[in-house]
Amino acid sequence: MVQLTLPKNSRMVTGKTWPKPEGATNLRKFQIYRWSPDDDKNPQIDTYFVDLDDCGPMVLDGLIYIKNKIDPTLAFRRSCREGICGSCAMNIDGHNTLACIYGMDEIKGDTVKIYPLPHTAVVRDLIPDLTHFYAQHASIMPWLETKTNRPAKEWRQSIEDRKKLDGLYECVMCASCSTSCPSYWWNGDKYLGPAALLHAYRWIIDSRDEATGERLDALEDPFKLYRCHTIMNCTQTCPKGLNPAKAIAEIKRMMVNRAV
Amino acid sequence: MRYLTDRKRAEGKGASGTGTEHHWFMQVSAVGLAFLIPTFLFIVGSALGQGREAVLETFANPFVAILTGLTLYVSMVHFNKGAQMMIEDYWSGSLRKGLIMFVIGLSYTIIATGLFALAKIAL
Repeated sequence: MVQLTLPKNSRMVTGKTWPKPEGATNLRKFQIYRWSPDDDKNPQIDTYFVDLDDCGPMVLDGLIYIKNKIDPTLAFRRSCREGICGSCAMNIDGHNTLACIYGMDEIKGDTVKIYPLPHTAVVRDLIPDLTHFYAQHASIMPWLETKTNRPAKEWRQSIEDRKKLDGLYECVMCASCSTSCPSYWWNGDKYLGPAALLHAYRWIIDSRDEATGERLDALEDPFKLYRCHTIMNCTQTCPKGLNPAKAIAEIKRMMVNRAV
Repeated sequence: MRYLTDRKRAEGKGASGTGTEHHWFMQVSAVGLAFLIPTFLFIVGSALGQGREAVLETFANPFVAILTGLTLYVSMVHFNKGAQMMIEDYWSGSLRKGLIMFVIGLSYTIIATGLFALAKIAL
């Protein structure tokens, strides 16, 4: 259901302004969402100053600088630092993206504003709880389903059929798309969201998969699939440049084609 | 408090097996209304400013009467289904069901009233 205001205990307050690094001249201001489950305080926005002469160019570099040199209590997920693992998804400058591949120079204005992914339960600071998101992904059966006896060597696929998976298999499940979707904010308990649906489509059109009908049956629902209103936030925000909205439209087209 | 696994919570009650018919109807009715509404507005516009008798005569024309009836029916059912989707987005629980029932009732009441008026004029 739609929620237009934050609950009282989720409203943000101004937090601590950390001192500027000594001797630094080339500074960038960071405003970061902080919340800890260990006390009853509301979330706060802390201000940090990052020395750009001692830091890499990406937003994640700035966060690592802050954690290493200013405030070790700042919590955020990161792993590969090259846009492959999807761990460091967060809301940067009002845009859901991966901190590791988002350059500080891409941000207009002098302040880098960082929040956790929108409309997610926060575990701590910039770490969202993606339990439900992953369970939804598991529910679409993200694996090859076959009924024919296993071939002696391998499941063969033509070059043309393999090409159909381009633009789909690259998804790293960072949740940027799903958490930018108003339909997912409001009905995320039932609506699968763009990420899970993009993965569903990836398996539906896989020429080797033999569960196409069952997969479409599992999506035939006003909420699981048809809560997508083609808002396109998912496509606009995807840090990998994928198009989940198109994948969802293709699923809808397949649904119509098998019924009409 | 319920001890549900994450997977059970995500699966919910499973797929209801509906949705495509609603989606297809909205597409078909939207295309239909793209033709019906401009034609209807053109006829109503040309009847504006004329006397009562002239307006009655316009709507007594079989083509205009059928077009008006179709426009009324298709637009109201389109509204009904679109509003249902909007209500499902914004509300939940019993209020959601109540509002959907109200919108369905309202749209069919408007259809019935309009068709009755049209029949009185045209027949």
